[in-house]
Amino acid sequence: MIPESFEYHAPQTLAEASRLIAQFGQEGKILAGGHSLLPLMKLRLASPRHLVDIGRVAELKYIREDADKIQIGALTTHYQIESSELLKQKCPLLPETAREIGDVQVRNKGTLGGSLAHADPAADWPAAILALGGEVEARSESGSRWIPAQEFFVEMLTTTLQADEILTAIRVPALPAHAGEAYVKFAQPASGFAIVGAAARVVLDDAGAVAEVGVGITGVAAKPYRAAAVEGVLRGHSPTAKRIAEAAAHAAEGVEVNADLYASAEYRTHLAAVYTRRALEKAVERAGGK
Amino acid sequence: MRIRIKLNGSWREDDVEPRLLLVYYLREVAGLTGTHIGCETTTCGACTILLNGEAVKSCTVLAVQADGAEITTIEGLASDGKLHPLQQGFWEEHGLQCGFCTPGMIMAACQLLGRNPHPTREEIRQGLEGNICRCTGYQHIVKAVEFAAQKISPQSTVES
Ligand SMILES: Cc1cc2nc3c(=O)[nH]c(=O)nc-3n(C[C@H](O)[C@H](O)[C@H](O)COP(=O)(O)OP(=O)(O)OC[C@H]3O[C@@H](n4cnc5c(N)ncnc54)[C@H](O)[C@@H]3O)c2cc1C
Ligand code: FES
Ligand code: FES
Repeated sequence: MIPESFEYHAPQTLAEASRLIAQFGQEGKILAGGHSLLPLMKLRLASPRHLVDIGRVAELKYIREDADKIQIGALTTHYQIESSELLKQKCPLLPETAREIGDVQVRNKGTLGGSLAHADPAADWPAAILALGGEVEARSESGSRWIPAQEFFVEMLTTTLQADEILTAIRVPALPAHAGEAYVKFAQPASGFAIVGAAARVVLDDAGAVAEVGVGITGVAAKPYRAAAVEGVLRGHSPTAKRIAEAAAHAAEGVEVNADLYASAEYRTHLAAVYTRRALEKAVERAGGK
Repeated sequence: MRIRIKLNGSWREDDVEPRLLLVYYLREVAGLTGTHIGCETTTCGACTILLNGEAVKSCTVLAVQADGAEITTIEGLASDGKLHPLQQGFWEEHGLQCGFCTPGMIMAACQLLGRNPHPTREEIRQGLEGNICRCTGYQHIVKAVEFAAQKISPQSTVES
């Protein structure tokens, strides 16, 4: 399993990387952790002429707190997120999601930006970033823009990133008071990818009712999505077990549900409701609700 | 392309094709065949090595990505003719049968003990989740890692 030949480029700075990406256009590919791209290249499902390895661009590796937001550089690995003390306190959904990805070796190499850019419909990060209402920064030689997560995913393996854009950062809100987050996943037993993955973020008001809620779902449809119908049933109400279950029943509403060897559409729809309920229950409990 | 790698403690330089996978570099260019190729699809963990101290599957890394890096393979663990505590553990506790998975298991275990010197049995299993063994049933592998943990920094073991 040897990839086709390519030319390798190892820029040290973001500016240099952007220039190379712009220069090669469709013939070039960005290499981050390589744990989605290299397997494809080994199978010759991808055969870029030019590989631009951004692994040495130090300015893309960081986790920092910025007022009430957390910003993470695109090249931050799953393991760095899993083990970050700052994130465990300020955005626990991210380490909890990271732990669910692949195995230790995969988490040492794979990056947050690479996973989002790859947009595998069964990947874990998209659910979390959607639930948090996060944004993704894309930069090219002509400037930078922030894209809300909900607009970022277009379809299977496709995002709104342009060919000359590099995903540089992810921004999410820090955990406020009376808030809880959770990610739960029903994994495909061989690959570990999500058959269904549900992430939830709940913020309660002083009376204990749901002030804000975000639910992100992966594995169920051709692209990860925010479960607006679930959120609608909860927002403004006391998150009782009954209301959570009612809300979660809408988990696959409005999407075309995947069917494959592992799970029929009907089974996946059922799992989506069950896992959404569990994620919400955990998030509410962690928020200090009942 | 010319690459420089600090392999098991000494720097070397080689000319490689960009598409050369790190595991082939180790086995065929550097001649270190201790690192095995099992699945070649990032699944089995037989090719696990330490890249700048982190366990990675070398079948899914390009040799050129490792330019400038430090690599430790199974050959780099023993020193002065003395087995590394993990190697001793696998020996003493029968942590292998055919031995095909062993170099990768040991390298993954090496990182595990680096990050968590006194893992519980459950934590050992989690730390080795990326490594598959067709023979042992894992029980003795877990014991081998416990043996090594105790040897490296003795303390009363925590049972999970
Ligand atoms: C055995 C195995 C098990 C796995 N299990 C899981 C799992 O359970 N859950 C899960 O979510 N994932 C899983 N993965 C995927 C893993 O998380 C990948 O690391 C991740 O999807 C891609 O990140 P990367 O940094 O390796 O990206 P790469 O493979 O380097 O790149 C992936 C794609 O994104 C593009 N890209 C990368 N970075 C950028 C950027 N900054 N800007 C623009 N484009 C970019 C590349 O050009 C490429 O098209 C698994 C992978 C393996 C090999
Ligand atoms: S040979 Fe690399 S993981 Fe199996
Ligand atoms: S000892 Fe044979 S595969 Fe593990």
